[in-house]
Amino acid sequence: MEQKLYTITIFSENTPGLLNQITIIFTRRQINIETLSVSPSAIEGIHKFTITAFASEDLIQKVVQQIDKRIDILKAYYNVDEELVHQEIALYKIATPELLKLGSVEGLIRKYDIKILELNETFTVFEKTGHHAETQQLFKELSETVGVLQFIRSGRVAITRSKVERLSDMLAEIEKKCKTTS
Amino acid sequence: MKSRLSGTENFKNITGSEALMLSLLNEGVETIFGYPGGAIMPVYDALYDYQEQLNHILVRHEQGATHAAQGFARVTGEVGVCIVTSGPGATNAITGIGDAMMDSTPLVVICGQVGASLLGTDAFQEIDVVDVTAPITKWSYQIRRAEDVTWAVARAFYIAKNGRPGPVVLDFAKNAQVGKIDFQPSECKFIRSYQPVLEPESTKIAEAAALINSAKKPFALVGQGVTLGKAENELRAFLEKADIPAGWTLLGESAMPTDYPLNKGMLGMHGNIATNIKTNECDVLIAIGMRFDDRVTGNLATYARQAKIIHLDIDPSEFNKNVKTDVAILGNVKETLPLLTEMLQPNTHADWLASFAEYEEREYQTVTKKELESTDGHIKMGEVVRKVSEAARNEAILVTDVGQNQMMAARYFKFTKTRSVVTSGGLGTMGFGIPAAIGAKVGAADRTVCLFVGDGGFQMTIQELGTIMQYGIGVKIILLNNSYLGMVRQWQELFWNKRYSSTPMTNPDFCGIARAYGIKAAEVSDRVALNTSIAEMLADDEAFLLVVNVEPEGMVYPMTPAGETITNILME
Ligand SMILES: Cc1ncc(C[n+]2csc(CCOP(=O)(O)OP(=O)(O)O)c2C)c(N)n1
Ligand SMILES: [Mg+2]
Repeated sequence: MEQKLYTITIFSENTPGLLNQITIIFTRRQINIETLSVSPSAIEGIHKFTITAFASEDLIQKVVQQIDKRIDILKAYYNVDEELVHQEIALYKIATPELLKLGSVEGLIRKYDIKILELNETFTVFEKTGHHAETQQLFKELSETVGVLQFIRSGRVAITRSKVERLSDMLAEIEKKCKTTS
Repeated sequence: MKSRLSGTENFKNITGSEALMLSLLNEGVETIFGYPGGAIMPVYDALYDYQEQLNHILVRHEQGATHAAQGFARVTGEVGVCIVTSGPGATNAITGIGDAMMDSTPLVVICGQVGASLLGTDAFQEIDVVDVTAPITKWSYQIRRAEDVTWAVARAFYIAKNGRPGPVVLDFAKNAQVGKIDFQPSECKFIRSYQPVLEPESTKIAEAAALINSAKKPFALVGQGVTLGKAENELRAFLEKADIPAGWTLLGESAMPTDYPLNKGMLGMHGNIATNIKTNECDVLIAIGMRFDDRVTGNLATYARQAKIIHLDIDPSEFNKNVKTDVAILGNVKETLPLLTEMLQPNTHADWLASFAEYEEREYQTVTKKELESTDGHIKMGEVVRKVSEAARNEAILVTDVGQNQMMAARYFKFTKTRSVVTSGGLGTMGFGIPAAIGAKVGAADRTVCLFVGDGGFQMTIQELGTIMQYGIGVKIILLNNSYLGMVRQWQELFWNKRYSSTPMTNPDFCGIARAYGIKAAEVSDRVALNTSIAEMLADDEAFLLVVNVEPEGMVYPMTPAGETITNILME
């Protein structure tokens, strides 16, 4: 079956051990997690996980159902890239003297829309946000020219393109039910 | 289970351990299976004051506590409760927790844990129970403060019994056991991140009804979901309205009486040939509260490919997990079956039903007759099972261990009542039998409980004979002794050139062991003695061990080898 990159979004209670519960489901199905990002969501007390992984849709569906089934998970779903606005952030540490040897730093900055976070006589830190391919492209160019001392890339963060906000509606619904029953 | 607190209790400044006792009473708990130890001593100390209200059964090994709680849960439909200590107590309980997860059995297992300040330090008898049990529980939670006891217990019971049932672990840190709180009973009616039963979609019901109404050869698969949902009557109404024959999974056995005309028998590897062949002949397959385990389906690539598949289940993650469905109906079958039945046209399928007979006759001639009606040679397992079943008027609860004994028991025991089968299906746990039978008898004291167990499995939890002795638990144990790890030997005979690697067993004097525990016992090797011993065993309500020396190299047939097409059946 066709392997594709899927983005899995998970909303959960902020209980300890949840990350473990989620990752073991991937492990059991022999799927490697490509990227992972976790943070508090817009709703207080609810955490959001964004995970990317290569798999067939059939398998991703099963994994998402398995995750959704865990008690402390509010909702899990998956998307393909076309359904998302997504972004990653990358940081690059470069030796300043090497950088200065470049003919045009301005050219580089403009080409990649780089932000400079730190600049001193020893090193410079670039920040680039973009899709994986874009941050990778910059990494490649810097490696081949000035060399990269350190490189780090975040996990993907993503927002759905869907025109209806099913999740907020669902959460509102749950909240309402919660208030009436307790 | 109704609360056993009067509601007027108002306990100020009590320990977390006493709050646990009150919380258990609030959940209606009467029986606990457990084993004490250092990290759970405050709880056992509190229990000392609640002996009148809470019947604690001291098992002989924590695995026994979990299986006993499973047996109890399966026959009563209530939540089974265990208390064990930290570290080795908790790890000994793992097998039963895993078994309960596989077989959707509601359990609450309370483990002692070192004090919160020692967590993560490799303290004496500290094990990371929450993480170890995460993949084999519905929920596992560490109680670190006495304040959280009532909340966590209420939530644990809610989760264990609602939706698709399963085990919950509460890891109870020692400081929380001794910490002081003012007790307020807590109730859990709702968890915002967990909706146990979702609304059935009426369009799906209509689609399914249309498929069934136009079916010429409908066939239903009955799983434990029917029993768990207490939907036995709803099932029969459904089957009868459209005249649909049905087969059952191992755990679905006893949801329909054995002699019910639409009950066509067991599915899967050692099931009946008619049900397996008809699975691959029917035009509409209706799976009711079952999960298409590989022991039922065999090779998925050739499983029921000709049929439209309707799947009714409470757990959405079961849909399309193994078998692609055409219509998935989410919900408790207790609710969805009547909705579906209402939309069915009354129908008859006389020719289709009659077409099962040819295969039933073939199975009788090649397999069943030999197993049940031989008059010379060694006693066979099947005939022992059938004789015990009939001597108990087919009203007993069947408990099995795992192996040939289990398959023979499932094939030949007969049922007239629901909730009458307790067996380890998904995990296939040898050693399940004795403790599960104890739990079943405790849960259904007025019923006869017959355990069929092999010589191998008997010795895996043999120490529970001590529990039977201490509490006078009247289980009837039938040890089908073939001096082999029989089911493994069967595979060696069929698929490994009869190389009997580590399957023959030199056995002890089983009756002598039973008698040492004060349990009446008899050993038989011939048919005349078998009949009298069965009568003797069932004459009163006391525990009894009947050792039957059966054919050493008996085989369970029919058999579809693992991974084969379900209709590739070995008959001899
Ligand atoms: C705990 C455990 N260990 C090993 C097995 C593998 N196994 C399945 S059946 C079987 C043989 C059982 O022998 P016995 O209890 O004598 O029953 P029989 O098949 O002879 O009736 C074994 C070893 C198992 N199911 N469970
Ligand atoms: Mg044996």
